[in-house]
Amino acid sequence: MTLSREFRKGLWRENAVFRLLLGLCPALAVTTSAENGLGMGLATTFVLVCSNIVVSSLRKVIPPKVRIPSFIVVIASFVTVVQLCMEAYFYDLYKALGIFIPLIVVNCLILGRAEAFASKNRLVPAVVDGVGMGLGFTLALFVLGAVRELFGSGTLLGYSVFGEAYQPLILMILPPGAFIAMGLLLAGMNLFDARKQ
Amino acid sequence: MSKQLYLSSSPHIHSGDTTSKVMRAVLYSLLPACAVAVYFFGPAALTVLLIATLGCLATEVVCQRLMGQPVTIADGSAAITGVLLALNLPPSSPWWLTLLGAVIAIAIGKQVYGGLGSNPFNPALVARVVLLISFPVQMTTWSSPTPFGSGLDLVTTATPLGEWKNAVMLTGQMPPELQSGMVDYFLGNMAGCIGEVSALALLLGAGYLFYKRILTWHIPATFVGTVVLFSSVFWLASPDKYPNPLFHLLTGGLVLGAFYMATDMVTTPVSTKGMLFFGVGCGVLTVLIRLFGGYPEGVSFAILLMNAATPLIDRYTRPKTFGTSGQGATS
Repeated sequence: MTLSREFRKGLWRENAVFRLLLGLCPALAVTTSAENGLGMGLATTFVLVCSNIVVSSLRKVIPPKVRIPSFIVVIASFVTVVQLCMEAYFYDLYKALGIFIPLIVVNCLILGRAEAFASKNRLVPAVVDGVGMGLGFTLALFVLGAVRELFGSGTLLGYSVFGEAYQPLILMILPPGAFIAMGLLLAGMNLFDARKQ
Repeated sequence: MSKQLYLSSSPHIHSGDTTSKVMRAVLYSLLPACAVAVYFFGPAALTVLLIATLGCLATEVVCQRLMGQPVTIADGSAAITGVLLALNLPPSSPWWLTLLGAVIAIAIGKQVYGGLGSNPFNPALVARVVLLISFPVQMTTWSSPTPFGSGLDLVTTATPLGEWKNAVMLTGQMPPELQSGMVDYFLGNMAGCIGEVSALALLLGAGYLFYKRILTWHIPATFVGTVVLFSSVFWLASPDKYPNPLFHLLTGGLVLGAFYMATDMVTTPVSTKGMLFFGVGCGVLTVLIRLFGGYPEGVSFAILLMNAATPLIDRYTRPKTFGTSGQGATS
């Protein structure tokens, strides 16, 4: 087990959204624009890294029988921090993400890493794992948001790409567009991996 | 013993129908509707028909080439999707809208699922609904029919169903003149999608399919019957507000939907009982969406929703195997 391996696995090979299909609820719901995807991804990354640190540090203190409630309490504390910070400094993003910020608590990616990795490993690998997984999640949400924003609004990060004459395919920023874009991106990744072998 | 005894499992008798034969018959049966469309809406309708059909064929070729599969445009299924899509678009559709619809129908509606026979939803309707949601302005800009020689290009207007919905939302009353043009509605002299206007032409084509035994009565009869029965209830309860069943029957896409879209063999139940359920479900949803939904027309949404329910219907209407008891049958 090398640290760089732990870091890189979250980006592609065990990417939370595109490989493990974890955390799909926020991934599909908030990615109506690249900016939203990026914001959601970074917020989740922060919570994930912090919860990995605490869970890993306390792994010998937490009794196994009550570990899940303990993890949830840890995660919920950091989510509250993120939510209050976003409300104070990024109010527009806070409004756009809405209910999905408090719902980071139940993101199965975070609980999954606490259970499967942080509670069994020492502090440094747990941090590296959290950063890698979180950045992989952010990357996935950013790409999904960028694709949907590009076709659904004709813009990228708010800048017009196709010009004034473009008629946006509004469906792409509606829920069905999330599933279609997600499916096509998954297919693309599978194709890429199949070609590489 | 010169003659060999063949032992094989069923089926022992083949009707001789192939996919391409069936598809060709369906294409022929759509000719009257296409002809009426071109008569009423002129070159605009012809352009939409051509772009949609060629677009579907081209997308099918590209998809199958990309996936390294044999190209099967000769079976006619892509052409049918194209024609049905065109018949479900307004005559004033710009070329890019039609082309995008064709690409969506074949690529997203059909080929991603594995091609003909594997798609859960009717491809043409998938494309229509994607376009309707994405481009509400272009998809609800209707033209009144301008038969040859009238000297007009296109005149925009509302469909009868759209007019009814607007009037009811504004005043709570139905304009009485709306129900006076039943003969025009039957012949196709009204605003609407290219192919849905003429009930007469569609019924002619459907008659041919019945004669060829490609259509069975189950889905169309229960679909149309349910719409008539269900809308009668509202009409009888308050005739000032709700239109009569004949209006429901002749305007909008009911005839096109019930005879051509809801009878797609791939996306509808296989058992007789299942087909009856399917038709009733489509009818109920259509009336509910027309009378209480946000959109004036609900046929395409109703059929797609019932497409989604088809695997479930098939599961619960599986015929009992001969010789087994009801409970003993394995599922």
